[in-house]
Amino acid sequence: MTPRQRLWLFAVAVAGLVACYLWAFAGLPGFGDYPGPYGPAILKRVITETNATGVVSAVNFEYRGFDTVGEEFILFTAAAGMSVVLRQLRGERERQSSPTDDAANRQVPATSSAIRIVSLLFVGPTAVIGWWLATHAQTNPSGGFQGGVILATAFFLVYLSGEFIVFRRLSPIALLDAVEAIGAGGFAAVGVIAVAMSLPYLYNYLPLGTIPGAVSSSGTIAAISFLVGIEVAAAFLLIIGELLEQTLLRREGSS
Amino acid sequence: MTPNAVMDILQVTVLVLVAAGATLVVRTRDRVRLVLVLSVYGMLLAILFFVFQAPDVTLSELAVGAIALPLILLLTIAKVRKPQ
Repeated sequence: MTPRQRLWLFAVAVAGLVACYLWAFAGLPGFGDYPGPYGPAILKRVITETNATGVVSAVNFEYRGFDTVGEEFILFTAAAGMSVVLRQLRGERERQSSPTDDAANRQVPATSSAIRIVSLLFVGPTAVIGWWLATHAQTNPSGGFQGGVILATAFFLVYLSGEFIVFRRLSPIALLDAVEAIGAGGFAAVGVIAVAMSLPYLYNYLPLGTIPGAVSSSGTIAAISFLVGIEVAAAFLLIIGELLEQTLLRREGSS
Repeated sequence: MTPNAVMDILQVTVLVLVAAGATLVVRTRDRVRLVLVLSVYGMLLAILFFVFQAPDVTLSELAVGAIALPLILLLTIAKVRKPQ
């Protein structure tokens, strides 16, 4: 095929793509227009049915709770896979003949006190916000996932302030493993308990409270959000802690 | 200006910024710089979600896209970096 023929073929293909694209574009609904039946249907009943004013959480942990279980286990599997791939096998040693430091003469800059102070200042507030988000999914647009990642960020700030050893001591791997398993398993278990009560899987069987939007309202939605929160925080800490360990081991072994 | 007009301008501005940011991410060749650009891009996406009234997604994107993902990438680059 000569370059010229190839160009022609490309032109034909592009013309077809543009035509189809414009055709599809002309048939799009207006900006912000939502023709589906589910949004209005859910908005009409969500507060009376669940007492949760955090409608997004109600959808995530109640109306499509089964999907969320699956998503939960994606992260769980990622963290577990990471631990399995990067684990140290019995009898396995870091290769002693591994190359020396990549740039032995580089200056490793000390953490500046500005970074130390700022990150340490933010540890407390970040942890509080993360915890608050994970435990208030029923009252406002937050949720376990958001709370969990922000909670994990608080620990990363400890690392950023130059305290890897404190970071590791605050988040020992055995504890993270346990918390992650409790979070992921707890979510699934909340659903299974409903089955044991001859209700549909993930049916909201806990008392819904009387005041919509109260922290104590919404039954299983609040419980699941909290479990997701600790699971996500533990999973992120595991993944990043594992990577940090790998990088630091390499540095240490080669310096 | 009506609140709706302000909202429209904000939304269009953010969309343009996100498009520009995505282009910049694709055009950046240096890996370490790429991670920093990606982090800024995550921040832009978070603003996009906020302007389009999805505060819950904003929080996720902020923590994952602007912090966790760049951190994971940086650590990986530090680990696999070739001897110079």
